[in-house]
Amino acid sequence: MRLFEFPGGVHPDDHKELTRSKPLEALSAPELLNVSMAQHLGAPAQPLVKPGERVLVGQKIGEPRGFISAAVHSPVSGKVKRLTQVPHPELGRCQAVLIENDGEDERGYQPPERPWSELEPKRLVELLAEAGVVGLGGATFPSHVKLSPPENKPIDTVILNGVECEPYLTSDHRLMLERPDDVVLGLKIVRSILGAKQALIAVESNKSDAAAKLSAKLIHGDSGIEIVVPRVRYPQGAEKQLIYACTKRRVPNGGLPMDVGCVVHNVGTAVAIRDALVDGRPLISRALTITGMGVDTPKNLLAAIGTPLSALVDACGGLKSGTVKVISGGPMMGIALGTLDQPMIKSTGGLLCLTASETFKPEQGPCIRCGRCIRACPMRLQPTLIAARTKLDDFDECLRIGARDCMECGCCAYSCPAGIPLVQYIKLAKSEIAQLQRRRKEEAR
Amino acid sequence: MSQPAQLFHAGPSPHIRQPESTRRIMLWVIVALLPAALYGVYLFGANAALVLVLCTGFAVVLEALWQRMIGRPMVVGDGSAALTGLLLALNLPPNAPWWMCLIGAAVAVIVAKGVFGGLGQNVFNPALVARVFLLISFPVQMTDYAPPAAPFGTGAAVDAASYATPLAAMKEQLLTSGVLGPLEHGFTRLSGITGNMGGSLGEMSFLLLLLGGAFLLVRRVITWQIPASFIGTVVALTGLMHVIDPARYADPLFHLVTGGLMLGAFFMATDYVTSPMTAKGQLIFGVLCGLLTVVIRLWGGYPEGVSFAILLGNAAVPLIDRYTMPKVFGSTRGKPAKEARA
Repeated sequence: MRLFEFPGGVHPDDHKELTRSKPLEALSAPELLNVSMAQHLGAPAQPLVKPGERVLVGQKIGEPRGFISAAVHSPVSGKVKRLTQVPHPELGRCQAVLIENDGEDERGYQPPERPWSELEPKRLVELLAEAGVVGLGGATFPSHVKLSPPENKPIDTVILNGVECEPYLTSDHRLMLERPDDVVLGLKIVRSILGAKQALIAVESNKSDAAAKLSAKLIHGDSGIEIVVPRVRYPQGAEKQLIYACTKRRVPNGGLPMDVGCVVHNVGTAVAIRDALVDGRPLISRALTITGMGVDTPKNLLAAIGTPLSALVDACGGLKSGTVKVISGGPMMGIALGTLDQPMIKSTGGLLCLTASETFKPEQGPCIRCGRCIRACPMRLQPTLIAARTKLDDFDECLRIGARDCMECGCCAYSCPAGIPLVQYIKLAKSEIAQLQRRRKEEAR
Repeated sequence: MSQPAQLFHAGPSPHIRQPESTRRIMLWVIVALLPAALYGVYLFGANAALVLVLCTGFAVVLEALWQRMIGRPMVVGDGSAALTGLLLALNLPPNAPWWMCLIGAAVAVIVAKGVFGGLGQNVFNPALVARVFLLISFPVQMTDYAPPAAPFGTGAAVDAASYATPLAAMKEQLLTSGVLGPLEHGFTRLSGITGNMGGSLGEMSFLLLLLGGAFLLVRRVITWQIPASFIGTVVALTGLMHVIDPARYADPLFHLVTGGLMLGAFFMATDYVTSPMTAKGQLIFGVLCGLLTVVIRLWGGYPEGVSFAILLGNAAVPLIDRYTMPKVFGSTRGKPAKEARA
């Protein structure tokens, strides 16, 4: 039997039972939405609307700035109240458009001029860029960029990532169960744009019902799409690890999936691509999981971009007392939020409300050389040695032993019994290395 | 919006951790050693209990005093000193005098660990450094083994004056007559397994040590690589020699059940701090320890070689680590670029 595996990784309790069987619930858009101009990796968008202006559902309100950027659209119809500043999990603060929802849901988008199958790949990619579709797996990389590989990097394999390896999160699982046709159609569109021969959907073995449902959809339609069921392991959903698990190809250091002929898209992205190219609907809402022992009724929601996080939590019965952390994303790579007083953005794949007992962290002590971090590192780095060198400010050595290849998945810190924040040391080393290299380049000039 | 900003803790990801901590790991090892330690008390009586208590107590107190003296944070609560003391006791003769326990504990926690920088910094296994120090400083007391209280009625004659270990008796025979004869006190393979023999306090019961080792494997405190390659190498090499010349070399089972092989392979060689960090390195380390044990036992000046073998193995760990570190995922160094596509 073929084993779909990658070396390293960890296997935390997944806690997916909290929401796994809860169908996606559409949350009606609130009265006021703050639509952030920084929704994704890359440059924030430029606002296109002025206060007082009326906007329609799906109307573009933010113009992308540069290639790695994506358009932003209004999720509701209503009036632009003003331009504001909102907290952003990574940037600190950023510009946003405050929209008053008039509740009329007046549509401002139409399907593309012709069915997707009759359009040129180039046109489809343009439409996706216009629709503001970004990867919904976590990094929110603009999808049109991934679908425009340079000519000298032909893509032969498209992998759809339905792995959802972060503990607690289940919204991708629900999407595969509830919209299997659209997942498959999205994959077919991506495959056709890239002209790839092979297409795979990877679904971890703890979601075998989703894998079965997707397989059933493939029987009648065109084949050439294969369902791959890797064993449960974090970070299976990381591109390089998923590509290795599915195809045994290794993305070279500093390289991209296209260097080995692969492109990976999340299943949520596939659905968004399908919505944009079939219905013409821009990316204005997404599925996400509100979960953790700290929230009253954990749920999977379908919510409008710009909805306040507090409204999402309220829709789940509110927070329980004893909630100490609220995380945007999963427990392994998500960002702890200081406040719920901020809007959801395209990268908000979940809100995890943790009680003290769920966030156990051992007291920090010296490294006991147990080697757990080395066994856990999916990039085959030596986290404890990089951390030790970082403490000594020896960043040349950090570079030599591969610090730059760290993808910050957190497996090392997760597995350290001495409570050493290994991944933070490596992040520090990475930024110091970047500075060092910039300085040296300048000096060389 | 209802939540005040200060409500939540910040803090970087990952927000969850595996439940093990340094202290818990030390405790698991202590728990795994307890059956063998208690069996030693059963066999050798009150003095064995005293040795256990003294070594552990001295180790903890001395480490606390040392940390206070040099102004380092007091971390004696991490359990590593207690474990070192316990391991030292298990490596001493069951009738060791109190002052040997004191000197041993001092050598272990101060000389072998403290001066290197404390937990995680020492190169050599502290308990073994202490044992070997005592062995070469006080050879008489360190080889003065008490007779066990003959469990399971195998009826050994009690010879209070001195009671050689089976390995020592074997070495003696080889030196005097050049061949192996029957061992004194009617030693058999069975008495090796039940602990009816002379030896250190904690190396008596083959089965209880195996049980403790299995517990550590199941709890994933240790990995299989070091014990398996260590014991495997000893069995393979002694087996080979036994086949070549059974008159001079005992069979592998004899080597398995006598001396400190089980204690060493499961509990001393697997010490995280002084063993390699990768699976490949651990295999090499285990083979090296096994090889050295056999060489010392069969051809060296000492009847027992496990302690020396592990200490020599410890010295090789930085080198082993250096050459067994994994290659960064996707690294194309030294590989044709084509392979990345295959």
